[in-house]
Amino acid sequence: MAHFVFEADLHGLLKLDTPIPNAPPARWQRKAKESACPGPGPSPAASMSPMKPANRSYSGSKTPSKTPGKSGSKVQSTPTKAGGDRYIPNRSTMQMEMANFLLTKENDPAENSPTKKEQQKSWAMNLNGFDVEEAKILRLSGKPQNAPEGYQNNLKVLYSQKTTPASSRKHGRYIPSMPDRILDAPEIRNDYYLNLIDWSSQNFLAVALDNCVYLWNHSTGEIIQLLQIENPDDYVSSVSWIKEGNYLAVGTRNAEVQLWDVQQQKRLRSMTSHSSRVGSLSWNSYILSSGSRTGHIHHHDVRVAEHHVATLTGHTQEVCGLKWSLDGRYLASGGNDNLVNIWPSVQGDSGDFTPVQTFTQHQGAVKAVAWCPWQSNVLATGGGTSDRHIRIWNVCSGTCLSAVDAHSQVCSILWSTTYKEFISGHGFAQNQLVIWKYPTMAKVTELRGHTARVLNLTMSPDGVTVASAAADETLRLWRCFEMDPIKKKEKEKANSAKSSIIHQGIR
Amino acid sequence: MAAQLSREQQGITLRGSAEIVAEFFSYGINSILYQRGIYPPETFTRVQKYGLTLLVTTDPELKNYLNNVVEQMKEWLYKCTVQRLVVVISSIENNEVLERWQFDIECDKNARGESAPREKSQKAIQDEIRSVIRQITATVTFLPLLETACAFDLLIYTDKDLVVPEKWEESGPQFIANSEEVRLRSFTTTIHKVNSMVAYKKDSFP
Repeated sequence: MAHFVFEADLHGLLKLDTPIPNAPPARWQRKAKESACPGPGPSPAASMSPMKPANRSYSGSKTPSKTPGKSGSKVQSTPTKAGGDRYIPNRSTMQMEMANFLLTKENDPAENSPTKKEQQKSWAMNLNGFDVEEAKILRLSGKPQNAPEGYQNNLKVLYSQKTTPASSRKHGRYIPSMPDRILDAPEIRNDYYLNLIDWSSQNFLAVALDNCVYLWNHSTGEIIQLLQIENPDDYVSSVSWIKEGNYLAVGTRNAEVQLWDVQQQKRLRSMTSHSSRVGSLSWNSYILSSGSRTGHIHHHDVRVAEHHVATLTGHTQEVCGLKWSLDGRYLASGGNDNLVNIWPSVQGDSGDFTPVQTFTQHQGAVKAVAWCPWQSNVLATGGGTSDRHIRIWNVCSGTCLSAVDAHSQVCSILWSTTYKEFISGHGFAQNQLVIWKYPTMAKVTELRGHTARVLNLTMSPDGVTVASAAADETLRLWRCFEMDPIKKKEKEKANSAKSSIIHQGIR
Repeated sequence: MAAQLSREQQGITLRGSAEIVAEFFSYGINSILYQRGIYPPETFTRVQKYGLTLLVTTDPELKNYLNNVVEQMKEWLYKCTVQRLVVVISSIENNEVLERWQFDIECDKNARGESAPREKSQKAIQDEIRSVIRQITATVTFLPLLETACAFDLLIYTDKDLVVPEKWEESGPQFIANSEEVRLRSFTTTIHKVNSMVAYKKDSFP
């Protein structure tokens, strides 16, 4: 009751100071009146029993109820009454929990409207993913056993592998571990499914950089811009030289296959038959085969007006690897559907092309496809990130001769024409090139230098240099298949004894 | 081949549909376990199925567990009382759910009374299943690497009134907090339609 005394004092003071006769009563006066009027007034007994709810609203009881649940909530529903004062709150009587409870409770009926209910149900559906009232989730008791102790996810092995110390194994020849040259390839498209470089028999290296194609003359070092596509949406998705090296086939995103004369630097013709981008091209004399994103492979006879002579439908997704065998008897195609198809050069009796072999063993997209130059029926293929294997096939019998885990995405494979070896380009984590012995599949060496994944490999016409295009926007030229006789001559000049050892090593 | 041809001519019955879907689950779960590296790759063997090379486990215990689930699934598929199958991949260390492969099953309950088989060739169904399995294989490229050793669990959502068989128990949905979802392809036998989806834990990095 202390504040009432204080109020009375204040009242007296105010009255003494400024008597305002007919003024409306001050707010605190009204308050005091209001709180005094409705109730019967605080009887001493009542104020002593806190469990009686009626008076608590204004009484400054020293023992307020701490159990809001027990006090009559009906009376408490007018929180304005609490205190009976302006801004001198008596917190012990305010019963915050109660007020909060009542306030929130008041809103409840509104939430129970039918639309709200619907909404709640749909929320529950969304959150739980099922209707709790209509489904039951079951599981077979007993956990399925865990993987054996100490087992590590092999993808983790892939992504966290460290550079293994250089093999102490001696190989029979010297392979420079550094690239011979590094060329800039700005704006090269970092797209696994494209084939952006090719080296001609006339020693021109064709490189597709976004919407341009540049020719780099390896003998003179001269660079020519062969073409530039004007359409901003379009880009070059594949390039391929004809065997003679005077024409370049260019595949574009807008599904065109163009033929360019390099001497004249002129477009000879543009062939449209695909409906999606052309990511792979391969020549077999006058037949140009093109693989598209739709999974279709078209044969174009470039000599005639009706260029589209055949359609091969064996893939359901983008064809990213396409190579004719050197004798022109088979076409090997690899696709994003993880398939490798081997097609004959002529159609069967029905008039349709059907693959003579289909290899399904790869677990990832097959971009790397290469025919062995000394065994016409041997094919090497490499799978993408989810596969990481290099497989060697006999296409006549359809058997997998060998398979090796490359521990990384295989982007490209090339066979050496000088040695019984092949080279593969890889992606994450080391972006390296690996030279393998065939048929032992032993690693000869690794060539490192690229800082992003290798996209394509191509070989110089003399078979000595391998060019690698990578997503780090560089082209690197590796002299990894150096001809032996030259080296022998050099060595003979320097030291005849040494050369004989090397000679032995090679044989 | 002969059996396949005769079935093709017959069309799809409820029994056959349940078998096709159950078989898909068996290969699908095996593919997930292999592709996500839940078990060592050397415990898997290659089989030819749907015109693909698929990997299935050779571990007798795991095989047995999966067979039990798939057999039970087949029965529920036949009765059209199953709504969903979920493969939950969680960390062994802290039981945190990292991945959830969800296969929603829409059963055409009218098929229970039908005697005439539906028209859809086995080949068309296989082609659809093949593209789903291929997508499962291809997901490795975008799913985050499972850093810790993981275990898997299979949850089956059934109708509410189903009597829980012996050895089975009820479970929570085991959701992933903060997940990213990718819908995969679907296939249908005309009686059962299976929609596939994978949800994975979002990278905590901003």
